[in-house]
Amino acid sequence: MSHSDWSPVQDPEAQEPAAGEPEAQAPAGQEPDGHGLAAREPAVHRLTVQNSPAPGARRRPSSGSLLASELKQLFRRRRIQAMLLALAAIPVVIAVVVRVSSAVPPGRGPAFLDRISQNGLFVAVTAMLVSVPLFLPLTIGVVAGDTIAGEAGLGTLRYLLVAPAGRVRLLLVKYAGAAAFCLSAPLAVALAGAGIGWVLFPVGPVALLSGDLVEPDEALVRMLLIAAYQAVSLLGLSAIGLFLSTLTDVPVGAMAATIVLSVVSQVLDQLPQLEWLHPWLFTHNWFGFADLLRQPIGWDSFGDNALLQAGYIAVFGALAYGRFVSKDVLS
Amino acid sequence: MTAAGRALALETQGLSKRFGHQLAVNSIDLAVPRGSVFGFLGPNGSGKTTTIRMMLGLAAPTAGEVRVLGMDMPRQLDEVLPRVGALVEGPAFYPFLSGAANLHRFDAADRHAAPSTRRARVDEALERVGLSHAARKKVRAYSLGMKQRLGIANALLARRELLVLDEPTNGLDPQGTREVRNLVRSLAADGATVFVSSHLLAEVEQICTHAAIMSAGRLVAQGPLAELRESGTAQLRLVTPDAGTASGVLVRFGLSPVVGHPDGVDAVITSSLPNGEGFDRTAGFSGGAGFDGTAGLPAADGGVAPEAIVAALVADGVRVRGFTVERGSLEDRFVALTGEGFDVAQ
Repeated sequence: MSHSDWSPVQDPEAQEPAAGEPEAQAPAGQEPDGHGLAAREPAVHRLTVQNSPAPGARRRPSSGSLLASELKQLFRRRRIQAMLLALAAIPVVIAVVVRVSSAVPPGRGPAFLDRISQNGLFVAVTAMLVSVPLFLPLTIGVVAGDTIAGEAGLGTLRYLLVAPAGRVRLLLVKYAGAAAFCLSAPLAVALAGAGIGWVLFPVGPVALLSGDLVEPDEALVRMLLIAAYQAVSLLGLSAIGLFLSTLTDVPVGAMAATIVLSVVSQVLDQLPQLEWLHPWLFTHNWFGFADLLRQPIGWDSFGDNALLQAGYIAVFGALAYGRFVSKDVLS
Repeated sequence: MTAAGRALALETQGLSKRFGHQLAVNSIDLAVPRGSVFGFLGPNGSGKTTTIRMMLGLAAPTAGEVRVLGMDMPRQLDEVLPRVGALVEGPAFYPFLSGAANLHRFDAADRHAAPSTRRARVDEALERVGLSHAARKKVRAYSLGMKQRLGIANALLARRELLVLDEPTNGLDPQGTREVRNLVRSLAADGATVFVSSHLLAEVEQICTHAAIMSAGRLVAQGPLAELRESGTAQLRLVTPDAGTASGVLVRFGLSPVVGHPDGVDAVITSSLPNGEGFDRTAGFSGGAGFDGTAGLPAADGGVAPEAIVAALVADGVRVRGFTVERGSLEDRFVALTGEGFDVAQ
């Protein structure tokens, strides 16, 4: 866009007083006292013209500001920082426990737990496995449930909307914020795990599930891929949380409902009687990242999971849109 | 756009909002002239805030239309709202952010606000409401009055053609109230239209040029303030020793005098004085015409001129020792229109 977008002629009305006939705006013949309003009115327009290029004038729309503000606000919040710290504490606790205890008997505890003392990188893998069923969905539920309901609960939603943020834009920005958290949460686990493992244990080549040995740097890339897989896994849940968040002005309600749904979905996934339903559950592929630990990498499960999550995003995104765009904001 | 539409900063036609069975706003036709300071009055629960929410596109009308700055709401919301500053149902902020950070956040939400001037505009708005010293303080630590000021600062982040201020002096101390009054005056002097909702009548009487009164979801009166104030019935008070003759004269004028003897010497006769056509409810002006504010004494249009009464009294030999005609205050008018008592409507 060019400078012409914020030139003074943007407002069609603003041109009229420049033409120099203020009286033309007053309802002819109906104004017994011509001094009152008609005399005032050109002043309003003159003001508009004068101020167009000045501070506060309407300019080229910039969409980046709100997203930047949202991300900054999200990651500066104590609550978010505390949750990321708690997630990072999972591998630390695992590593410390393994370090101070005698040898872990093979086959007990979470997968790969017995491998940690030989190779510190397994701290990250173990922690990522442990955090999938509860810790990650818990934090995502808090973030996604808070998106709209949190603003409504504070009353700031009405001020964002009259700013005007635009309802669709606000919804997209809120979802983008939740998605950014979806990425940062597994990353916090992976990086903290790799870090503490590297400090407390020897680090060496890692044996993949396919039996191949890879160097630690390649292993680190695989872990980042798992984090990416988990981030994608959580996008569907985020969309559900976003929708639930548009239904209420009480953020805790939306958070709890989101978390409960993730648990319910995992329970349903365990019931053999509902096998027909399993491929449609958003939690169905949550543990499907084993293919990323083979040589060569199997991308099928990544693709399947992405497709499933995209379906949830489409459905619940549409529901959230339908609800939020027509919602009366009375908070 | 019609000429009349352009003369109005804000206009509603048949605007209604229903919540379940309750009609919160019942077909109101507001007309707020450009450049006016418009007082929007009504008891608690009379539908003021709901009306404001519909004006700003926060709630959808059940029926009727809203035009703000000549444009349809909420269809042209994106064009209208950058030119409107609003304080809606009290201030609301992120308690974990500083005052300045809150304003930055809301300004970032406005797609049309220039990021390059944001800091300067935020500082200026804070300065204008006297909050510069507390700009870096978390809003959690703000008093109610400070939050209220910050809310007003938020409405002033950009130059606005229309300011919608819902109870702007709520929670403010007397100094703060006075500052807000001055602020509203200076905004109006800059050419902005200011729409102030309030239940503080004294406040409205001091700063407004026009007013409208809501009661139980209906618009019961609107127009220039002077007209609104005078449209109530006036009270005649006559002090005379000749009570009988005087009463007779008053009855001839179609009045219903009440005679009292407070001090035992002179009779004090009071009577309400009909006001001709009176104030035309809700049609005080329409389409931009007639807000001339020249509603004079009611004699011309069928009412009773006080001087004619005095002349008749004197002609009949009544010793007139005191004669006053008192216009009702806005408060009288307000109470007459909305009812007395503490009962919140509906």
